[in-house]
Amino acid sequence: MPNAFWCLVEDDRNGSPKKVMAEVIGEASRLAPGRAEAVWLTDKASEAGLKQLAEWGAARVLLLEHAALAPYRSEVWVAAAAELAAKEAPKAIFAPVTSRQREFVARLAARLGVGLAADSVGFALEGDTLVATRPVYAGKLLSKVTWAKAPWVATLRPNVFRPAETQTGKTAPVERPAVATAAAQMKFVERREEVSTGLPELTEAETVISGGRGMKGPENYVILEELGRVIGAAVGASRAAVDAGWRPHRFQIGQTGRTISPKLYLGFGVSGAIQHLAGMRTSKVIVAVNKDPEAPIFKIADFGLVADLFEVVPELTKEFKKLLEK
Amino acid sequence: MKILVTIKQVPDTATQVKIAADGKSIDTTGVTWIVSPYDEFAVEEALRIKEKRGQGEVVAVSLGPDRVKEALRSCLAMGCDRAIHLNDPAWAAADTLATARALAAVVKQEGPQLVLCGRQAIDDDMGAVTAQLAELLGWPCAYWIMEEAIDADGKSVRAARQVEGGLEVFDLPLPAVLAAQKGLNEPRYPTLKGIMGAKKKEIRDVKAADLGAAPEPPQLSIVGLQALPPRPPGRIIQGDVPTAVKELVRALREDAKAI
Amino acid sequence: MRLELTGEQQMIQATVREFADAQIRPIAAEIDRDCRFPHETVKGMGELGLMGMVIPERWGGSGAGAVAYVVALEEIARACASHAVVMSVNNSLYGDPLYRFGTDAQREQFLRPVASGHAHGCFALTEPQAGSDATNQATIASRDGDHYVLTGRKRFITTGREASFALVFGQTDRARGHRGISAFVVEKGTPGFTVARIEDKLGIRASDTAELVFDDCRVPAANRLGEEGQGFRIALSAIDGGRVGIAAQAVGIAAGAYERSVAYARERRSFGVPIGEHQMVQWMLADMAVAIDGARVGIAAQAVGIAAGAYERSVAYARERRSFGVPIGEHQMVQWMLADMAVAIDGARLLTLRAAALKEAGRPFGTAAAMAKLFAAEMAMKVTTDAIQVHGGYGFIKDYEVERAFRDAKITQLYEGTSQIQKLVIARAVLRGDHDRA
Repeated sequence: MPNAFWCLVEDDRNGSPKKVMAEVIGEASRLAPGRAEAVWLTDKASEAGLKQLAEWGAARVLLLEHAALAPYRSEVWVAAAAELAAKEAPKAIFAPVTSRQREFVARLAARLGVGLAADSVGFALEGDTLVATRPVYAGKLLSKVTWAKAPWVATLRPNVFRPAETQTGKTAPVERPAVATAAAQMKFVERREEVSTGLPELTEAETVISGGRGMKGPENYVILEELGRVIGAAVGASRAAVDAGWRPHRFQIGQTGRTISPKLYLGFGVSGAIQHLAGMRTSKVIVAVNKDPEAPIFKIADFGLVADLFEVVPELTKEFKKLLEK
Repeated sequence: MKILVTIKQVPDTATQVKIAADGKSIDTTGVTWIVSPYDEFAVEEALRIKEKRGQGEVVAVSLGPDRVKEALRSCLAMGCDRAIHLNDPAWAAADTLATARALAAVVKQEGPQLVLCGRQAIDDDMGAVTAQLAELLGWPCAYWIMEEAIDADGKSVRAARQVEGGLEVFDLPLPAVLAAQKGLNEPRYPTLKGIMGAKKKEIRDVKAADLGAAPEPPQLSIVGLQALPPRPPGRIIQGDVPTAVKELVRALREDAKAI
Repeated sequence: MRLELTGEQQMIQATVREFADAQIRPIAAEIDRDCRFPHETVKGMGELGLMGMVIPERWGGSGAGAVAYVVALEEIARACASHAVVMSVNNSLYGDPLYRFGTDAQREQFLRPVASGHAHGCFALTEPQAGSDATNQATIASRDGDHYVLTGRKRFITTGREASFALVFGQTDRARGHRGISAFVVEKGTPGFTVARIEDKLGIRASDTAELVFDDCRVPAANRLGEEGQGFRIALSAIDGGRVGIAAQAVGIAAGAYERSVAYARERRSFGVPIGEHQMVQWMLADMAVAIDGARVGIAAQAVGIAAGAYERSVAYARERRSFGVPIGEHQMVQWMLADMAVAIDGARLLTLRAAALKEAGRPFGTAAAMAKLFAAEMAMKVTTDAIQVHGGYGFIKDYEVERAFRDAKITQLYEGTSQIQKLVIARAVLRGDHDRA
């Protein structure tokens, strides 16, 4: 459909769209009611996954399904998506911020010769132009940007946009255009899985617990993980803790780590250096526990406890357990 | 092996940023400038490749006004052999695509086997130039790489990129583009010898005309910058730990509805 | 007068500051507590080229010059004085005389490893009974064929345990007094050369201060630095350089304590607002920032303004000081102290840079070095004392770094000539008419 708002699907590599797609489709539907379309590049899509996209409000699903599309390689994906975009002429192309979409969408914008607003946290239609809002300078300022021409390409920060309500039973036509596969220059060697913590992924989690230098050592993160299991939270760390070698870099929240925007952020022994704030200041509710009443994190915290985290965490775990048992 | 490293000069994270009178850019008075940290990982990796292979050339490239020379100079002090400065007011409003086009033109002139970039610059956090450069060159590209190894013949590079839940390893034929992620290496400090040797190294000024085509108008432009809306004042919960924790849980559930 | 650091010197300053903040500062409290020599970071300093800054590249140094050296030393000292001491001894007291008085063969063997940071050198002049009076050497070096035999004890020798090479002074001709002193390089492991004890100190606890014993220690004649009888001249020239270094170190210690005080003033709340938000504090902080940046960037015109400002603030401080003890309000007291600290530091820094610039230009700098050392050391003691005062009770405990800075500052008043000795040196020069700037 011309003038559609494409929503590039991020999936779990097992045929199901990730939950963040509800946010992307929700925002696209808000801006262009009835014109949000899901565009899914994958080697396999499940029926349940297709149904889910429709229930989130996709007016149509364009399924580019081909074995060559997995594992993700930008050179292959761009060729397939660009050819379809030329045919379909969408008005906008949205994707969630994930490691691969960051690259793919940038490359696609270059192929199409259009602008890209990465990591956007807000959109407004002004006449026939779209204005995106995005944090810049370590989240200290917001930048409003606009495009010279369509399609307007943007990535959306997870947990910021209101997710679409699931409309149970809603269906949408699924089209399966021919996939233009470019010869891949990159050869897949292997995938090395991280040791799973059993906890949610940092950037996707609705609740994130973060441990800073106040954790005193790597061995103490078990108490945060236990709390994480009770409330279903991801556990991250500040740069100080990562640089000290207490946690692998993939758990770092901040400017040179992951940017998160959960509903609830709980920082324990985190001082709140600018570079950490850059990665979490868009969290909706911020709780800080620190022994030092002067820690800068208290300036942005909604709730603060000036206390020893080693006393607070077990108590908090106990209280949450009680609450959840009710 | 010739390696080209693209870098960007950005305000130091700790520096205060104020919006300039035009409402679209920052007031650069008093700003401390640094090489974007991810770009330092790229410079370090290029130098390590050269050292490991025992030969080669590392060329640092950056686009921006005169002050950018300082950033290039610090790359030379780290050990880069020479630098190219894309320095022309015609690029003043360059977006990621215009920047990538200028860099692609330099790559075509220089003919490196490998281009290393940082994952993103920490000023506008767009993280797009690397991918767009690869696209314009038609080269394979790996983002957020945590490790790399070039084969003995210098024909291909094995790179591990960070993705959600793990690492994906690929072989990329050279020439290729790689974007460095934190964790790839620990950048060196420039040595005093390096700092003093840097002034003898070349920083070539390149104008838009030197690259053949005039810069195209930007596809994305800044309408305005604004300060963050202030957060409502927070509340320090007093009392002994068990009482304070009970109150916190109640407030999170009933007042903030966050649980 | 040109007071601006060159682009290179600025880059050196920025690099060393980054290194010191990232690598040294995090371990400073621990190595102080445990009296542990920080091999890992000292090695890093060597790799950067900090151990031979005044030594040309040809001999393993980095040839950055005396001004860059004091700039770098100040940055190291603001993170940790112990590291600065190690750096200062290698550069000023060992490296510099080895370069200036050594033959090419000696430079190759004894200087290159130290200047390149692979080994350490120490300077063994002081004796248990002598202190600052270097003319009175009890250590005897008697010639025996193509060797000298050294017998004696050296005390308070910085890096004495860690050093691979000791520059040792001894009497080759007792009758000639200080004209009979000669200098020798003694390698670690030479039979008869032992480390007798390590001092337990108030400050600079991570750098080892040793007593060295020479007992019939046979040293090849080829290890003699300079001519027989030239030892005293060598020692004095090294000490002049060393004094510039200590001045830089004192500035660094004080600047570190000062910065932490400003940060504290910014964060510490009283009556609901950070003490730094009170208008008086803001004025003072702004003045300080101008003064400090001015001196640092060192534009000549600003330097004049700083000197005038320093004078005015000193007068103002002296006036206020009379009413010290009378409750004039907590906030104001903090302001006075901060302002005073900033001024004192800048004054010391300028004196230090002047001495370094004279040295770099190849001009006489002994008196200038003594003045810088005296002023900077006294200033460091004062500033670090005030820094504790600004911190209140917290300044007295080890959670805040000013407590360590206070202990570390004390040594700058003592070694390489106490403050009293510096006054003597300056007074003599003034009376001789050698120094027309006092």
